Amino acid sequence: MDKTILPYIISGISVGGQYALIAIGYTMVYGILRLINFAHGDVFMVSGLLMVYLAAALPLTVAIPLVIILTVLLGFTIERVAYRPLRTAPRMSVMISAIGVSYLLQNLALYITGGLNKNYPQIPWISDRVTVLGMETSRVTIITPFLTIILVVLLVLLINHTKIGMAMRAVSLNFETSQLMGIRINSVISATFIIGTFLAAVGSMLFFTNYPGVVPTSGAMPGLKAFVAAVFGGIGSIPGAVIGAFIIGICESLIKGLDTILIVNGTITEQIGLATFSDAFTFVLLIIILVFKPTGLFGEKTTDKV
Amino acid sequence: MRKDRPCILRVEDVTMQFGGVVAVNNFSMEEYEGEIVAIIGPNGAGKTTAFNVITGVYAPTNGRVSFNGDCVIENYPHGKMKKGYLGENAGKYTKVLEPTPDRLTALGMARTFQNIRLWKSMTVFDNVLIAKHLKRTSNLFSATFGANKAEEKQQREEADALIETVGLAGVRNELATSLPYGKQRRLEIARALATEPKLLLLDEPAAGMNPQETVELTKFIGEIRDAFHVTILLIEHHMDLVMDISERIYVLDFGSMIASGTPAEIQANEKVIDAYLGVTDDA
Amino acid sequence: MKAVKTPEESRLISWISFFAVLIFLGLVLLLDQLIKPTSSVYMLMTVLQKGSVYALAAVSMNLLNGYTGLFSLGHAGFMLIGAYTYAIFTIPSTSRDTVYQYFDAVVRFSFPETFSNAMGPVGTALGVLVAVILAGLLAAVFAYLIGLPVLRLKSDYLAIATLGFAEIIRAICQWQKLGPITNGSNLLKSFARTSKFKVAVGGLKLTLSTFVPVLIATVSIIIIVKLINSTYGRAFKAIRDDEIAAEAMGINLARHKMISFTVSSFFAGVAGAMMAMVLSIAQASNFKSAMTYEILLMVVLGGIGSTSGSVIGSFLFVAASEWWLRGLDSGSFLGIEAPNIFRNGFRLVVFSIIIMIVVLFFRQGIMGEREISDLIILRRRKRKAGKEAAK
Repeated sequence: MDKTILPYIISGISVGGQYALIAIGYTMVYGILRLINFAHGDVFMVSGLLMVYLAAALPLTVAIPLVIILTVLLGFTIERVAYRPLRTAPRMSVMISAIGVSYLLQNLALYITGGLNKNYPQIPWISDRVTVLGMETSRVTIITPFLTIILVVLLVLLINHTKIGMAMRAVSLNFETSQLMGIRINSVISATFIIGTFLAAVGSMLFFTNYPGVVPTSGAMPGLKAFVAAVFGGIGSIPGAVIGAFIIGICESLIKGLDTILIVNGTITEQIGLATFSDAFTFVLLIIILVFKPTGLFGEKTTDKV
Repeated sequence: MRKDRPCILRVEDVTMQFGGVVAVNNFSMEEYEGEIVAIIGPNGAGKTTAFNVITGVYAPTNGRVSFNGDCVIENYPHGKMKKGYLGENAGKYTKVLEPTPDRLTALGMARTFQNIRLWKSMTVFDNVLIAKHLKRTSNLFSATFGANKAEEKQQREEADALIETVGLAGVRNELATSLPYGKQRRLEIARALATEPKLLLLDEPAAGMNPQETVELTKFIGEIRDAFHVTILLIEHHMDLVMDISERIYVLDFGSMIASGTPAEIQANEKVIDAYLGVTDDA
Repeated sequence: MKAVKTPEESRLISWISFFAVLIFLGLVLLLDQLIKPTSSVYMLMTVLQKGSVYALAAVSMNLLNGYTGLFSLGHAGFMLIGAYTYAIFTIPSTSRDTVYQYFDAVVRFSFPETFSNAMGPVGTALGVLVAVILAGLLAAVFAYLIGLPVLRLKSDYLAIATLGFAEIIRAICQWQKLGPITNGSNLLKSFARTSKFKVAVGGLKLTLSTFVPVLIATVSIIIIVKLINSTYGRAFKAIRDDEIAAEAMGINLARHKMISFTVSSFFAGVAGAMMAMVLSIAQASNFKSAMTYEILLMVVLGGIGSTSGSVIGSFLFVAASEWWLRGLDSGSFLGIEAPNIFRNGFRLVVFSIIIMIVVLFFRQGIMGEREISDLIILRRRKRKAGKEAAK
C-alpha cells in the first residue's frame, strides 16, 4: 500500500478502536434509556485524570485496576444521582441533566488541575515504540484494534448468552413491558452504565497514551465523535457503533494528513489546511447519514403511532 | 344516499400495506354533501388506518382519494413496494400525490383523534383559537408587529362563539386536559370545526364514554352537522350511536370491505353479523 | 399557574411593561454616566452588558427549545456567525492590516466609517446598527440552509445534528483558506466595541457602553415576545404540545419549524454581534458547544417556556459566575478565609452544583412556564378578592 497513506490508516484504525470503546457506552445507554449521555465523554476525561494522579502516587499495577474501578463507580453514581430521579420526566429533562453533569465534571476537572495540561503517565510496554510494516509507531496503536475487538466480542457474548444480557435486550425493546414482566429495570440500567464506563476507562488508557496529556475539555470531542459513531452505525446496535467508530477514526486520520497526501499525490502544491476539518468531517458524515438514513447503518425503523 | 348532491369524498381502491401486512385492502367509498357516514368493523379491521390515509397521515400504497371533485391523494406501488405489493389494481394509478395532513385541512377536511390529542398546556379557548391560525391572512411580520389587530379580534370572537355553541363557555379558561372526558371530546370537535371544514372526520368519538354521554354525543353530532353544514365521516364502536345517526355504513373486516348500506341493511347482513355483530361483544 | 388575562388586565400589563422598560432603560443610561470603569462597582455594568448578551441568546434559544419544542444545540454556531459578521464589517480600514496580520483582507470597508463619511456622527451609529442587523440576517440565512435537512429530524437527533452543524461552522471559520475573510484561527479585534460608544448631545457627553447592548437586547426581546404572543407563537406552542394534532389542524410543520428556527437564529446572530462588541474580540474557538450548553442551562434555570424566566436566568447566571461568587476563586467568600479551597475554578464548581440542584430538584426553574405578568395579575386578583371579602 501507498507509503504516505498507510501511517494515517493505521493510526485511524487505532483511534477508531478507542472511539469504539466509548461509543459502546453511548449506544447501550441510548438503547435502553433513549438518552444521549452527554457526560460520557467527560467520564472518559476524568478517567484519564484519575490515571494521572493515581499513577503518580501508586505503582501502575495498582493504579490501573483502581482507575477502572473508580471510573466505573463514577458512571454508576452519575446514573444513580442525576438520571434515576428523572426516570419519569420528559426526555428533554434527562438530556439537560446529562449536559449539567458534563458541565460539572469539566468544571471540577478545571478546579483540580488548575486548567493545566496534565502529562499522561507512560504505561510500560504499550507506550513502547515498535516498527510495523516499515513504519515506527507506539505499540498501543497496534494493540488497540485487537483489544477493542476482543472486548466487543466478549460484550456481544455477554449480551446474547447471559441472563442480564437478555434483560438488557428486553429493556431496550420495550421499557414498560419489561418492567411489567418483572425485570428489575434499575439493575439493568446500572449494569449498562457499569459496562459502558468500564469500556470508556479502558478506552481512555489507550487514547491518552498516544496524546501528550489530559485537559478538562479532553473528553468533549472524543465523546461527541463516539456518539456520532453510534448514530452512524445505528444507535442501539453494538456492532454498528464499532463499525461506525472505525470508519470515523480512519476518515479523521486521513483528513488530518490529507494535505500531505494530496501534495505527494501532486493534486495540490502547498498545505491548504484541510486538517482543520478533521473534527468537522465527523459531523458532515453525521448529517449525511441522518438525512439519508436517519436510523443509521444497522438501526431499526420506528414509527410514531397516531 | 344523497346522490343528488355533489360527492364530497371519493375513496378509490385504497390499499395500505406496512411491510408484508395489508392493513387496508382495496377500500372504496364515497360520501355526498351533508351525509353522516360511518365506517365500522372489529378491532384491527383497518378503520383507523383508512382514516389516516384519507387525512394524509399515511400515504397509501395504492389508490386515490378525491375531495370535492379534485384528486387530492394518489399513489401506486413504487420504490421498495414495487416488488412486495400484495394488493389489487396495481397498474391502475400512475401519479404520486402525497400531501401532508395540513394541506388537506386547508382544503377543508378536519379530524379528531381516537386517543384525544388536545394541546395540553393550553386552555380551552387557546385550543380553539390556534385552530383558527389556518385561516389567517397575516404574515409573520404583520402578526408580530400587531398589524393584524382586526383579524386577531375577529378570530378571538369566532373562537368564543364556537366555544359557546358547543357548550363549553363555562370552562373557557380551564386547561384543556383538566376537563372530563366527554367535554374533551367536544372540545376536539370544536377545534376541528374552527378550521371551517366541509368534511369532519371523527375517530371513535364515543370511545370511553358512558351511555348517558353517548346519547348526548349522538344528539350533538346531528346538531353540528346542521349548524355548520358539514359532512361527517366517523369511525365508531358504539353500535347504538352508529345505527342512530349514520345514513350509510361501510363495514371493514381484516382490511377489506365486506358490506355497505343503510343501517337496516347492515343489521340484516349475514356477513356483518358473522364478522362483527354476532361475534364481538361490543363495548 | 398561568393567568388567563381579561382584556382589561392585558391592557394594564402592556402599560406596566411599557413604563418598566422605559424606567429600566433610563436607569441604565444614568448608571452608564455615573459608574466609571475605574469604579469599585463597575462589575455591575459588566454584568448588565454580558447579561444582556446572554439574555437575548437565552430568550432566542427558548423560542426554539421552550416554545416550539425543537431541541436544538446549534446556538453557538449562529452566534459565531453573528460575531464574525459584525466584527468583519466594523473593523476600521486603517486597522485592517494589523488585524489580518497573515492574510490579505478581502473586506476593506467598515459600515460605521462608510456611513459616517456620508452623514457624520449619526452615520457611525447607523453603521453599527447595520452591521448588527446583517449579523442576524447572515445567521438566519445559514439557519435556513441548515434547517432544510435537519428540521425533519426528531428530538435528540435534531439536537446532535444542530450541534454538529455548529462545529462545522466553527471549523469553516477557522480554515486558513478563508483567512482573508475570517482571519483564519486568529482573533478579530479593533472593531467597534461598546467601551467606545459615546455620544455628544449639545454640550453633554454621554457614555453608552452599557446602554447600547441593553437597548439592543431589550428591543430584540420585545420583538420575540410579540412574536410569541402572536398567532404564529401560538402555532409554535401547538407544535410543541402535539405535533400530530398541530399538523391535523392545518399548521404546516415544516414551514413553522423553519420560521421558529430562522427567527431564533437571527437573534442568536444579533446576540453574537453583541458579544463581539462587549468583549471587543471575536474568536471562533470561543464558540464551542460548551457555550450552547451554558445558554441552555440559563434557560433551564429561568424555566423552559418562560421568556422572563430566561432573562432572569441569564442575569443571575452571569451575576453569580462573574460577580457574586468571585470570592470563591480568590480566597475569601462571605468572610470565610480558605485560600486552599477557594482557589481558581472553585466558583464554577459551586456554580455547576447549584445548576445540578435546579435541574434535579427544581425542574420548573425559577419561573416555570409563567411570566412576570402572570405573577402581577394573580397578585392583583388576590388583593381584589381580599378587598371584596373585607367588604
